[in-house]
Amino acid sequence: MNHSADSSKSTLSQQWQEFWFYFSVNKTAVAGLVFLILVIFMALFADVISPHEPAEQYRQFAKLPPAWKEGGQMQFFLGTDYAGRDMLSRIIHGSRLSLLAGCIVVILSLSIGVLLGLIAGYRGGWLEILIMRVMDTIMAVPGLLLALVLVAILGPGLLNAMMAIAITYTPYFVRLTRASTLSELNRDYVTASKMTGASSTRLMFVSILPNCMAPVIVQGTLSFSTAILDTAALGFLGMGAQAPTPEWGTLIAENRDLILNAPWTVTFPGIAILLAVLSINLVGDGLRDALDPKLKRS
Amino acid sequence: MFRFLINRLMLLVPVFIGVTVVSFGFIRVLPGDPVEILAGERGVSAEKRAEILANLGLDKPIWQQYFSYLSDVLHGDLGVSVKTNRPVVEEFFELFPATAELAICAIIFALIIGVPAGIIAALKRGTKIDQGIMGISLIGYSMPIFWWGLLLIILFSNTLNLTPVSGRLSFFFDVDPVTGFMLIDTLLSDEKGSFLNALHHLVLPTVVLGTIPLAVIARQTRSAMLEVLSEDYVRTARAKGLSTFRVVTIHALRNAMITVVTVIGLMVAILLSGAILTETIFGWPGIGKWIIFSIFARDYYAVQGGLLLIAITIMTVNLIVDLLYGFINPRILHQKNKS
Repeated sequence: MNHSADSSKSTLSQQWQEFWFYFSVNKTAVAGLVFLILVIFMALFADVISPHEPAEQYRQFAKLPPAWKEGGQMQFFLGTDYAGRDMLSRIIHGSRLSLLAGCIVVILSLSIGVLLGLIAGYRGGWLEILIMRVMDTIMAVPGLLLALVLVAILGPGLLNAMMAIAITYTPYFVRLTRASTLSELNRDYVTASKMTGASSTRLMFVSILPNCMAPVIVQGTLSFSTAILDTAALGFLGMGAQAPTPEWGTLIAENRDLILNAPWTVTFPGIAILLAVLSINLVGDGLRDALDPKLKRS
Repeated sequence: MFRFLINRLMLLVPVFIGVTVVSFGFIRVLPGDPVEILAGERGVSAEKRAEILANLGLDKPIWQQYFSYLSDVLHGDLGVSVKTNRPVVEEFFELFPATAELAICAIIFALIIGVPAGIIAALKRGTKIDQGIMGISLIGYSMPIFWWGLLLIILFSNTLNLTPVSGRLSFFFDVDPVTGFMLIDTLLSDEKGSFLNALHHLVLPTVVLGTIPLAVIARQTRSAMLEVLSEDYVRTARAKGLSTFRVVTIHALRNAMITVVTVIGLMVAILLSGAILTETIFGWPGIGKWIIFSIFARDYYAVQGGLLLIAITIMTVNLIVDLLYGFINPRILHQKNKS
């Protein structure tokens, strides 16, 4: 017992080491990871790091340019918006909402999608047809449009926006999981497990599922970055997080009228979105290369 | 070929039914009573209420309502917009050319830059050039395009004063809508300078909408080329002493194009999502801006109809792309017919 636990632990750490070996070859992916960890820290410790309260209005300092520009002040490093709120603090607090939105969207769509894909692939029959045709229908409508329509039904707000976006991402996970389930289903190890009398649930979740996870993980990181973009887009269109909330897309929308006389209020939230999404995509690319067995030959 | 077409059409039927169920369901799951929405704040008596329900067919069982909706849809009747009192179909097809023109220009822009960039990156694999092209395309892929559009407006419209901020054509020009495609209509009209003006209006929206497709196409072309370049027939062509240019353009590119055509098929949904944002930023009078307006105006029949028509558009384009495959790669046609 003890021995087997030890050996499984060592294979796990071996797998991890192998993964890290391939991942760390890709320097840009590592750079993306480092930046992403920074953003996560920023989100976790937003209250400690940010110089001001995100909602605090310093009316006498309204529309102050960034510190390095003429008229800027060090205490408002990235300038202030029309109401004199500190842009830096708002962006730091916004990172919480964007990362949270990304996480929730991925967790929702991944868990529902993997479950449905597993069922569709394993059970087959009418259940598979039903699940796959429903997914086809979801995919027939552009993601952002479907999310907008769903938010129109559910009512605007960050939580509803996240749920709506999660629904539009689910088909990708269903398709991936179903495809890998089908290809795993006839492998020897599954047959062997079936012979030993394993239940369907055990076969699905213990035997098959772990072997389908690599593409799902890659799709998960890609969805994480697009989820941040889509949440920001819904916020920008006024259907996501609502105005005083410092969500990045909402920040751009509320300052949109200022692009001429206070361009920094629009520029910096956008840079924040771009960098966060870029770092996640770098990590995603690195993950794909490290997890893709085809590329490991070289 | 014919059987292939029939097969593809049969596959679309369940999706079409699914989409009609969604658009039918949309109005029914909206919060609020439909009669009260129609009646406004005045309210209605119980008798009047029953009459309105009967008029709208809402007193029948839900499946009957669905079938009468489906029959309306198949007859091209998608209801009347509450805001403009015009048939939704009419409004959609009036605005559709504006979106189509923008989307076509965006995809052409993405192809013209993306395909060569991808080929160069593949040929120069591992060099600084490759890394540079892939780095830029990853940035493009990560771009929040609504912000990108605002940045371009700040730079080109306000600082450099090179491009107009919104719309399709200046008010100075009076061009008859013949095709709905402004570039063609302005060429057909005798208004001098209107074509250039339309082109000016089109540049920024095209770049904004084309950015993500450009990035995707560059990445896909690169990986498709890398795969093809390692194939035996390319090595043979090289061994015959053909120039790199000839090997790339005649032998490799044709095969790599299959991947690229697939990507373009997938692009349609991305383009229409992007059009919602791009048209909102640039005041472009197309489907995207219309549907956002309709959502905010609570013009639900317009949203319902627009949703359905956009889904049908995407299905049609994907069907065309599937058929195009057959022409580019006869092997696919053959395989699918056999199965």
